[in-house]
This record gives sequence, C-alpha cells and structure tokens, in this order.
Amino acid sequence: MNAIMKSRLVWPASALILLILVNTIARPQFIKITVRDGELYGALIDILRNSAPLMLVALGMTIVIATRGIDLSVGAIMAVSGAVALTIIDGSGDPGNLATVLIAVVVALLVSLVLGAWNGLLVSVFGIQPIIATLVLMLAGRGVALLITGGFITTVNSEPFSFIATGYLVALPFAFLISIAAIVAISVIERRTALGVLTEAVGINPEASRLAGVRSRGIIWSAYAVSGVLAGLAGVVYASNIRAADANAAGLFIELYAILAVVLGGTSLNGGKFSLAGTVIGVLIIQTLESTILFLGVPSAQSPVFFAIVVVVVVVAQSSRLRSDLTKLFRRTGAAPAPAQDREKAEVAS
Amino acid sequence: MRKRFLSTLALAGVAAFALTACSSDGGETDSSEMAAGDTAGDTVTVGFAQTGSESGWRSANTESMKAAFSEENGFELVFNAADNDTAAQIAAVRSFINQGVDAIVIAPIVEDGWDDVLQEAADAGIPVILEDRTVSASDDLYAAWVGLDFEAEGVKAGEWAAAEYGDTETKMVVLEGTTGSAPANDRATGFDSAIEGTMIEKIDSQTGDFTRDGGKTVMEGFLQKYGVDGIDLVYAHNDDMALGAIEAIEAAGAVPGEDIKIISIDAVHDGMQALVDGQINYIVECNPLLGDLAAGLVTDVLAGNDVEKTVYVEDQAFDQAAAEAALPDRAY
Repeated sequence: MNAIMKSRLVWPASALILLILVNTIARPQFIKITVRDGELYGALIDILRNSAPLMLVALGMTIVIATRGIDLSVGAIMAVSGAVALTIIDGSGDPGNLATVLIAVVVALLVSLVLGAWNGLLVSVFGIQPIIATLVLMLAGRGVALLITGGFITTVNSEPFSFIATGYLVALPFAFLISIAAIVAISVIERRTALGVLTEAVGINPEASRLAGVRSRGIIWSAYAVSGVLAGLAGVVYASNIRAADANAAGLFIELYAILAVVLGGTSLNGGKFSLAGTVIGVLIIQTLESTILFLGVPSAQSPVFFAIVVVVVVVAQSSRLRSDLTKLFRRTGAAPAPAQDREKAEVAS
Repeated sequence: MRKRFLSTLALAGVAAFALTACSSDGGETDSSEMAAGDTAGDTVTVGFAQTGSESGWRSANTESMKAAFSEENGFELVFNAADNDTAAQIAAVRSFINQGVDAIVIAPIVEDGWDDVLQEAADAGIPVILEDRTVSASDDLYAAWVGLDFEAEGVKAGEWAAAEYGDTETKMVVLEGTTGSAPANDRATGFDSAIEGTMIEKIDSQTGDFTRDGGKTVMEGFLQKYGVDGIDLVYAHNDDMALGAIEAIEAAGAVPGEDIKIISIDAVHDGMQALVDGQINYIVECNPLLGDLAAGLVTDVLAGNDVEKTVYVEDQAFDQAAAEAALPDRAY
C-alpha cells in the first residue's frame, strides 16, 4: 500500500479514474463499449483514438523536457507534415494507391526529422535557449505549411491514407495502435538502454554529465529530432482523421497541451527525471477532460474555465510540498501517519 | 492568445465574406457594367488597402477586387496588402492620399485608430469606401461600408430548417464557431430566432472552433452521448465543421444527409461538393466576391449619387439541386 501511495503516478491515475467515474455517472453509456462489424466502438475507444496526435507529441515533449529543454514548434511541424503528405497525395495521379501514400508519409516524416534536427542544431550546437530556438519554427513553420497548401485546405479521397486515423486492426483503432507502438518504442529505447539515464543526467546537470564523459550534445540533438519525427507522425494522423491538410488549425496550441500532459504526468519542467507512463496518463486525462466537457454539456463559453479548474486541482493535488505539509499536519494531530516524500519535492509545482 | 485571436479574426473574415457574396452575383455584375459605362473614356484611380493574405477567403476577396477594378471597367487599381499590420495599412492609405487617387477602398484590419487618416482623406476630397470590417470612427468620415450580415445567414438557415423539419419532432445539435466571435454569435442568434415555435429542439451545442477536426471531435462526442437515433439534425456554423461531422457520422455507421440531416454556412468548394453528394442538405453561402459591389459604390459616390451608408450583401443559399447547377462555375 505504501509503495502504491509513494508512486508519483498515483495522483494523475486517480484523477483519470475519477474523471471516467464522473462521466459514467452523468451518462452511463460513456463506459459502454460495443462491437460493431468486429470493431470496438464507444466513447472510451474514441478517446483512445483521438488522443493519438497528442500522445505522439507529448512523448517527444517528455524526452525534450527531460534534457531541460522545451519544444514549442511541434504544432507547426504537424501542420507542415500534414501539408507535405497531402500535397504529394493530391498531386499524384492515383491518391488511392498504397505506394503513393507510403511515399507521402515517409517524405512528410523526413521533412519533420529535418525540422526537428534544425531545432536540435540551434539548441545543442549554437547554444540558443530552447524556448527561443523552437519559437522560430513555431512562428515560421505554419507559414511554410500555408505556403505548401497555397492558403487553402487540401482535401483528398484516399482510402489507404484515411486508414491511418480511422481504420481498425484486430478490433482496435489503428491510430491507437500507432500510439502504443510509439510508447513501446520510446520506452524500450529509453529504459532498456542507458539512454534514459544519460538523458536524465544531461537534464539534471549538463556540465557535470559532460565532465563525466556523457556526450550531451548528441543526446540533446537527438531529443529534438525525435520530437520532430513524432510531431510529424502526429501531423499525418491529424490530416488523415479529417482527410485534409488544414494548415491554420492543425496542431494549434498542441505544444501547450503536450507540456500540460507532461507536467500532469509528474515530469518536472526543470529537466532530469521523467516518466513516460505519467505522460501517457496525462494525455488521457486531457483527452477525457475534453469528452467530459461534452458529456456534462458544459456550455462553450464556460468550458475553458471548467478545464482550468480541473487541471489546477490535479496539479495542486500532485504537489509534493502540499502533501508533505498535510502529512506533517496529520502527524502532529496523531492521525494517519504517512511517510514524507521530500525526495520528489517541488516536482510539479513549477 | 494573440495567435488565436488572429486566427479567429481570419476565420470570422472568411466566414463573413462567404456569407456576403451569395446575393451579390447578379447585382454585382450589373453595377460593374454600369460603372464601366459611366466612366467610359475616363480612368478612375482607386487605392485599395487590403488587410493581407491570411486565408483562402481573403485571397478570393483580393482576386474579386482586382477583377472588378480592372482597366476594362475603367479603373486603375493601386493595390496594397498590409500583412495584418495596422500601422502599415494606415501608411498605405496616407500614401494613396498623397498620390491623389480618386477614391480609396479599405478593408480595415482593426476598428480603432482611423479618425486622423480618414479626416485627411476627407480634407483632400477623396471618398473612402470600407469593405468587410468596420471602423469606430464617425461615419461622416467615410462614404459607405459593404460587408456581411451573419445574423441574416443564421436566419436564412433557420428558416429552411423550420420549413423542412419544423412540423415533426426534430432533435438538433449545433457545432458553434469560435466562442465569442461575431459570426458564431450572430449565426446562432439568427438561427434560434428563426426556429422559435417550431418542433425543432436544440438538445446540445458546443464549439468546434470553425475547424474540421473540432467539428469531427465534437460530433463524435454528441453521437456517443445521444446515440445515432437521438440526433436528427446538425447545424454547423461553417462548412469545415460540417465536413468533420460527416466523417464522425459515417464512422458511427449512419448516413450523413439521410439518417442525420446537416445544415451549414459558407459554401466553400468542399462543402458544396458534399452538398452535391447528398451528405449535406442545405448551405447558406458566404461569398468573398465583394469587388463588383465595391466598384459600384465607388462609381456612384464619384458621380455624386446618394448611396446607402451600410450595404449588406444578401446571402444566397443552396439546396442539393441548386448546388449541382452552381458548382461547376464557382470561382472559389
């Protein structure tokens, strides 16, 4: 029991469960999952499917934040990636051709990789502050995307391309499987090799880790490159979902939601220790919260306030300082003693 | 926040234009021909200060202005796009005054700060026509304004809904535009007033931010909440959200346009295509082609005729048959 309570995932996880409970009480069909034509269908499945773009972006953001950086350009990279993919498919004679779609997606991801590597170059080689370095692309990238699509929304009718976001494989949404694949891949690379520890070392103290022989430049550079590719994949999923490249709206503000997901998951913006599982839960909280607004029928004008209140409550509940103060209070009154958790102090407060 | 504000403005502008243009097709042509006749042999120099080129709607608007103020119609157009920089736009208007143009057309980026430069134009005896957005300056300082009436668009959509579905019990959900934007507010007000007293019941309403993704996500939520059988009608504040809703309805295993009817506003190309394909049932247009109306106003003002101070472009509307006829000839 103590081990569970100590885990930093317990607060975001209980927030997620609480949200699902509230929805289910308000509308019992929220929890219902039906099988239709061998495909799972229901509000929870929609949440898993629709969370794919934010999940991909937030995973990349977690790695970047762990290096004590931040990537504001992910939304713009999404827009560019979608624009590139759709322009290629639209320009080809045969939009329904699987090979065309594959080429389009690969080119879009390569472009995203280049953009991510550009961010990494600015940060790791030229030593520009991450927030400024990625701000450049955040502002310029959307313009590039608009240039590619000529200021219009490019629409395509391509079955293989739509499959990415709306298709099903073994009864599960393909977009959700993409998320899972990304989560597994990142977890294996970061946690089954030394890379995760090195990334945390760079984030905690870049100078000390350099002196200890960690090649921090390469680690930081690759973090931004990975973030770029994941954002590009998110852009492809987003475009596939609406079968269109909407350069103005694709990924708008997603950088802020991704940062929020990372923080909700208990990773500190100060860099260092990071939690991929926490980020996954953070993303699901945000996506469930958006469904909650719909299911509870919160009016549009009030929904940002509702969103803000829930987020504030979760973040405050996570604050280890608040928890340890409460613990001390309990100890003094002799009720329910619990171990203090100073180790994770100020983890989320920022 | 600023970015969101700008995109809202752009969207609002787009939507507004789309709405306005519908009615102007016939009338505009007449007035521009008139203009050409009136000024035959005598070229009128017009300065046009455009906001920038932030959206597809704006691009179409610029093209329309350039076509209406063409040399064949007896105009010489001095064009300036200010890239949404207010100071640059005011400087452009000032340079039009210094060049001594015959008339100035402005699509103001913001409402405020126009008093001085409009006064300078008035002192120089140059008439000013505003298009699309308005200014806060006294209306003595400009000759006329031409633009869109979002509320009338909503009324038009609502009247059709009332006529088609008002007699039977109809459960409607609304995909709102960006919260607080003029087109979202006015399109909701107009529609609601038109369906008052009918059997159409608004069971839910949520913002989809004028985007396809927003429309799709919100519609998916509505379908989960009420079920396919619990929704009969969708009113989307623009075509993009309606297109997103189509995707959501298809994913839920229903047929958009039949199981669930869709009414929308804008009439962009993709929306019209969906209307022709039977996935949308009715679209009220919002047209960026304001050029001919503006040219007609300039000609009238220069000829000393009295003009209406406020010219709303009347909205055209399409059902499936009308869309099929109109689609091949549409310019945007």
